[in-house]
Amino acid sequence: MSKPNPRLIKMKEYTEKIREIAKRLLNDGIVDMVIGFRKGTLPMMNQPHIATCTDSADELMWDSNCGLNLANYVTDRKEKIGIVAKGCDSRNLVTHVIENKIKRDQLYIIGIPCSGMIDHHKITAMFDTDITSVKESGESITISGNDFSKKLIKQDVLCENCAACTHRNPVEYDELVADLVEEQTDVDPYESVTEIESMDAEEKWNYFEDLISPCIRCYACRNACPLCYCPTCFVDESTPQWVGKSQDPIDVRTFHLLRAFHCAGRCTDCGACERVCPMGIKIREFTKKLNKDCLELYGWEAGLSLDERPPLDTFKTDDPDEFIK
Amino acid sequence: MKNFLEHTGIEPGRLHFSWISSAESTKFVDVVKKITHEVKMLDPANKRYVKTEPKVD
Repeated sequence: MSKPNPRLIKMKEYTEKIREIAKRLLNDGIVDMVIGFRKGTLPMMNQPHIATCTDSADELMWDSNCGLNLANYVTDRKEKIGIVAKGCDSRNLVTHVIENKIKRDQLYIIGIPCSGMIDHHKITAMFDTDITSVKESGESITISGNDFSKKLIKQDVLCENCAACTHRNPVEYDELVADLVEEQTDVDPYESVTEIESMDAEEKWNYFEDLISPCIRCYACRNACPLCYCPTCFVDESTPQWVGKSQDPIDVRTFHLLRAFHCAGRCTDCGACERVCPMGIKIREFTKKLNKDCLELYGWEAGLSLDERPPLDTFKTDDPDEFIK
Repeated sequence: MKNFLEHTGIEPGRLHFSWISSAESTKFVDVVKKITHEVKMLDPANKRYVKTEPKVD
């Protein structure tokens, strides 16, 4: 049997199936809660939703605006949790299990074969006035506001990480809402990294200087990131104070460099950081380089297996060491 | 880490890593000589790495 074309996925069927599974799990007492998405108050802004009874399970839904990473909401929880997980969420759940932030047997993973999420930054930038509704059917998305309505092709407005995603199917799941989709093989997730690598030091410096210049240090990227679960983040610590809190370019850069390092070998490129950035900064340019290094140096991609330890917490005698003299 | 910092625009030659035992005094001297030499070859980095004083009106 051939795998379904990800472009022809029917979101309505996904929604119905998610609700059906959630209600069954809650009724049978298999889980205490189901974490998923519900419709947001603004177009393209679905909210995380924790359903604890069958009534609130009816609010669960699915469409192409479920880009936040739900693994963020299971950290250190003690209950039995049903969780809706697309490819990247499932990889972050695996990372959570590896890092002892949740136990695998506490989780009932409702796997979503994903067809990519749409980029609200990109769509908002296309129109001068406010968007009041975004409807999708199959491959097309209809954007409308007070005095306009325009049809777009979903493939053209995908989030950058989704367009170049090679793990659309969940890696770990207890049940699927639909058949697995075909994985993309003709994409290069590291295209922009290769481009920057070819620049000289001065150009690189300026590239990142421009990239982060709009940053207002709101830390939304950190809050949305499922990897950022430290009880006290290094930016909030005051004794000692690791990094200056000002808008000085050096402080801003220090924050971004350190945040990225904390995600080294753990980032699944889910794009939650970019999605929530109010300034539309391409934050993934930092983490993507580290992902590429991990792949090239250790053959490692985060969150693919429960049985393997990440490269940065293991030592092997043949670890690459060209950097140290 | 070296890869990453150089990726964001720190010049190659400014950042050095070394593993030196407390018994390896000669290696320490050699490494420090090499580092100071290589860093002196680069332009001063003051403009980039030093914070500007906040303006008070």
